[in-house]
Amino acid sequence: MLSYIIRRLLGAIPVLLGITIISFFVIRLAPGRPTSLQQALNPKVSLETAQRLEKIYGLDKPLYLQYVNWLGRITRLDFGRSFSDGRPVLDRILERIPVTLSINVLSLIFILMLAIPIGVRSALRPDGLFDKGMSLFVFIGFAMPTFWLALLLMNLFGVSLGWLPLSGIKSLDFEYFGFFRKVLDLSRHLVLPVFVSSITGLAGISRYMRSSMIGALNEPYIYTARAKGLSQSRVVYKHALRNAILPIVTILGLSLPGLLGGSVIFESIFALPGIGSLFYEAVMMRDYPLIMAEVFLGAALTLLGNLLADIGYAWVDPRIR
Amino acid sequence: MRDKSLLIGTLIIALLSLAALLAPLISPYQPSFIDMSGLLLPPSLTHPLGTDSLGRDILSRMIYGARISLSIGLISVGLATLLGIAIGSLAGFYGGAIDNLIMRLVDIMLCFPAFFLILAIVAMFEPSILNIMLIIGLTSWMGPARLIRAEILSLKEREFIQAERALGASNSRIIIFHLIPNAIGPVLVNATLGIAAAILLESGLSFLGLGVQPPVSSWGNILIEAKSTLGLAWWITLFPGLAITVTILAFNLIADGLRKKFSW
Repeated sequence: MLSYIIRRLLGAIPVLLGITIISFFVIRLAPGRPTSLQQALNPKVSLETAQRLEKIYGLDKPLYLQYVNWLGRITRLDFGRSFSDGRPVLDRILERIPVTLSINVLSLIFILMLAIPIGVRSALRPDGLFDKGMSLFVFIGFAMPTFWLALLLMNLFGVSLGWLPLSGIKSLDFEYFGFFRKVLDLSRHLVLPVFVSSITGLAGISRYMRSSMIGALNEPYIYTARAKGLSQSRVVYKHALRNAILPIVTILGLSLPGLLGGSVIFESIFALPGIGSLFYEAVMMRDYPLIMAEVFLGAALTLLGNLLADIGYAWVDPRIR
Repeated sequence: MRDKSLLIGTLIIALLSLAALLAPLISPYQPSFIDMSGLLLPPSLTHPLGTDSLGRDILSRMIYGARISLSIGLISVGLATLLGIAIGSLAGFYGGAIDNLIMRLVDIMLCFPAFFLILAIVAMFEPSILNIMLIIGLTSWMGPARLIRAEILSLKEREFIQAERALGASNSRIIIFHLIPNAIGPVLVNATLGIAAAILLESGLSFLGLGVQPPVSSWGNILIEAKSTLGLAWWITLFPGLAITVTILAFNLIADGLRKKFSW
C-alpha cells in the first residue's frame, strides 16, 4: 500500500509542475503588464511607484526567471496581494472557503443519500417503471442549466410562496438570534443552494450507481449468495452494494472541478460569500493575482482530489494496488 | 419497441436550426427594437412570449438567440473535435515518448476547473462571440483526444492496417484514411454531447455578463434580466431557460440514440 501511495505521489509531481506552468502562462496572456493595469485602475500611481511595482513583480527579469521566482513564492503560499483591496490573496480566499465547503459537503451528503438508493432500485428492475421514470429525471437534470433552476425555485419559494429567503447566507439581524434561531436561519438560507447544486450530481451519480449495481448483480458471487438461500435484502445490500459502491469513490474525486466551476454561477445568483463568487468578483475587477491564485488552487485541489480518490479506492480494494 | 430518442432529438434540432436560419422571416419584431410603451408585457397575441424591461419582444430575441447559441455550440465543438482528433491520433499512433507527453498534457488540462479557466481567459480578452468559440474550443479538446487515442491503440495492430503497411502506405495515409474513419464513432457521440455542454457553458457565461454582449441576444443573456425582474415577469425567466433545456435535451437524446444504434 505504501509503495502504491509513493508511486502515485511521484506521478503527480509532473502534473503539478504542468499546472504551475499553464497557470503562469495564462497570466502572461494578459494584454499589457499587470502593473499598467494596476495604474489604470488607480491613476494616482506615479512612475516611480510603477517601477517599484515592476521590481516586486520581477517584470524586468527574463521570463524563465520570472517563472522560477513565481514558483518559489507559491511554494511558500505567497500569492501576492489583491489588486482591489491590497490584502493578501490567500487571506481573501481562506475566509471564503467555509461557505463553499459547507455547501458542497451538504450537497454531497444529500446526493449520496438519494443517489445510492435510487441507483440500487433502478438496477433491481432495469427498464421497469421506476427505472424509466428515473432515467427521464436524469435526462432533464442534465439538460437544465443550474442557474435557470435556481431562478425558477427563487421565483416559486422566495417570491410567490415567500417561504425561503432569496439570497445571502444569513439574515441581517442574525447576531441577535439565539442558537436555535441561528441554526434555523442558516438552514433556511441553505436549502435552495444545496438543492440546486445537487441536481447535476444526483443525476450523474444515480446513473453511475445503477450501472455499477447491474454489473455487481451479475457477478458469480451473487449467484453463490442466492444459492446459499440468503434473503434478497441481504444479497442486495450486503453482497452486491458493497462492491458496486467502490467505483463511486473515484467519481466523487473526478467531480471536484465541476463542483468548483459550478459554484461560480450559483454562488453569484444566491449572493453567497464563497470562493465561486469571489472568483466572479475577481474576474469583474480584473484582479489578476486573485484570478491566478484561484485558477492554480482549483487545479491543484482537483489533482489532490483525484489522488485521494485513487488512494482511497486502492485502500478499500486491494486488487487495484 | 424501436428506440425513438434519435428521431425525436433530430426533429427538435432540425426545427430549431430552421428557425435560426429563417430568423429574419419568422420573427415578429426586430430583436433589438425598443418599445418604451410596452415594457414588461406578459405574453399576449401581439407578443406571444411577452416583452422585457426595454419593451423588446422575447420571442424575436429568442429566435435570433438560437442563431448565436447553436453556432457557438457547433463551431466550438468542431474546433475541439478537430484538435482532439489531431492530437489524440498522434499520441495513439506513435506511442512512446510522444504519447506520454501528450497524455500528461491531457491530465494537466483536465485538472483545471473548465469554468475557472474559461472565465480567467475571458477576463483578459474582450468577451466577443468569436473569442467565446475559441476559448471553449481550446479548453475542451481533451475528451475527444482521449477517445480517439484509445480507439487507435486497439485498431493499429489489426490486420487491415498491417496490410496497408505491407502495401507501402505512409504513416499519414494510414492515420487519415484508415485509422481515423474507423475510430470516429465514439468521437461523434462525444461531440454531440459536447455541443450540449458548450451551449450550457455559453448560456452560463452570458448570464454572468461575460459571454455574448447585448444588444446581440443569446438565450443566456436574455436571462440576465430574470434576476432583477424576479416576481415581476415570470416569462423572462421561463421561456429562454426552457429553450436551453429542450435544446440540450435534444442533443443528449441524439447522442444516446447514436450510441444505442451503433453500440458505440
